[in-house]
Amino acid sequence: MSEESPQAPPKPQPVKTKAPAASRRSFLSWMSVAWVAFTASMLAAGTATARFMFPNVLFEPPSSFQAGSPDVIQIGQVDERFKDEFGVWLVRDEGGLYALSTTCTHLGCTPNWLEAEQKFKCPCHGSGFYKTGINFEGPAPRPLERHTISLTEDGQILVDKSQKYQQEKGQWDLPGAYLEL
Amino acid sequence: MSQLKEILSKLSPANIGESIQKSQVYRSIFRVGVPSSDRKRMLVMLGNVFLHLHPVKVRKSGIRLRFTWCMGGITFFLFLLLTFTGLLLMFYYRPTLEYAYVDIIDLREQVPLGIMRELHRWGAHAMVISVWLHMFRVFMTGSYKPPREFNWGVGVILLVLTLLLSFTGYLLPWDQLAMWAITVGSNMARATPFLGYEGPGAALLQLGGVSLVNSTSDARFALLGGTFVGEGALLRFYVLHCVGLPLIAGFLMAVHFWRIRRDGGISGPL
Repeated sequence: MSEESPQAPPKPQPVKTKAPAASRRSFLSWMSVAWVAFTASMLAAGTATARFMFPNVLFEPPSSFQAGSPDVIQIGQVDERFKDEFGVWLVRDEGGLYALSTTCTHLGCTPNWLEAEQKFKCPCHGSGFYKTGINFEGPAPRPLERHTISLTEDGQILVDKSQKYQQEKGQWDLPGAYLEL
Repeated sequence: MSQLKEILSKLSPANIGESIQKSQVYRSIFRVGVPSSDRKRMLVMLGNVFLHLHPVKVRKSGIRLRFTWCMGGITFFLFLLLTFTGLLLMFYYRPTLEYAYVDIIDLREQVPLGIMRELHRWGAHAMVISVWLHMFRVFMTGSYKPPREFNWGVGVILLVLTLLLSFTGYLLPWDQLAMWAITVGSNMARATPFLGYEGPGAALLQLGGVSLVNSTSDARFALLGGTFVGEGALLRFYVLHCVGLPLIAGFLMAVHFWRIRRDGGISGPL
């Protein structure tokens, strides 16, 4: 700070002060350091606070679960055992099994399986889906999604909800969307 | 006996009033006494922390019901009513999956004055309506024009806060209607540009092939505290409804009222 002062223009009346007066240049540079430090600390605090709202551990059902032996589910049956906890229907047809998501593709409600009418019907806005998950009535814009289905080594059904297969993207033909039995 | 008579003879309304006004307690609260001139009346308004938000003088047209409909005032009254009844409801309501619904039933069936929850509910509906009517009146009388354009902006934020208060409060009864209304409503957040994992631009935010915005790191997740409307959502909506949003709304209301004064009081008829 003090080495800058000799360069300052001569003062008209030299006043002797004990503390060396900060020059304009050093004042500005210190101020910019202070402002940068302040802004950085505020940004860091803001980021940390925002991160606080995203918990590391969720107390939600796991995305992947074992669903017992496929022999329990008969051909043509819609298995609703895993609807409440995991949000999945297991549907068996002649060829095998698929795991349908219970989330309506309109606005995210949970449709009901109507056994007598052989369709999924959403109570919120009336969307209807065939047993395959294809939409045919109401406002739903696309079929229900499917999840990865496979067999464990000991012959149990394994459903992985972290992966979704959408019919309109041609993903139902991918391996994992359908379990041949 | 004569002493008592003497004291009783001095007991007249004027004497009592005078002795109250001379008391230290009274003078510590009302420092200038009863204002006797317009100037003193103005100073009372300016010197009071609550009254200074209000214009010192109000135009005669400004208090005409046909001009203002009193909708801003009614909205403020409803906000105070909702704050008070909401505070009372908080003594009984627990925002957990186990208790939320039964506590609402309990408030209606068992707690004295079962109408309290209904007051809060109907007051909330009325506030949404009165805010819209207030906005409509302000628009139709051209009161959003300069110098009042800033206050119009504050009012728009207050409208959004009112709707958010209504939205967050809607979940708290934790019945089927609430669950699915919030499920549908919060799904909209999935489509937020950049911040929602199904929104435009979210796919661009990648770091080394890993997408930064997915279903557990987007705007909807921050709102719900989970991937579906569950325990986390109930608690977050409760905190926002009871503390977060009312604080912001109260702060902006103070600005809103104060700006009416700064912008020259209630606008005159066209």
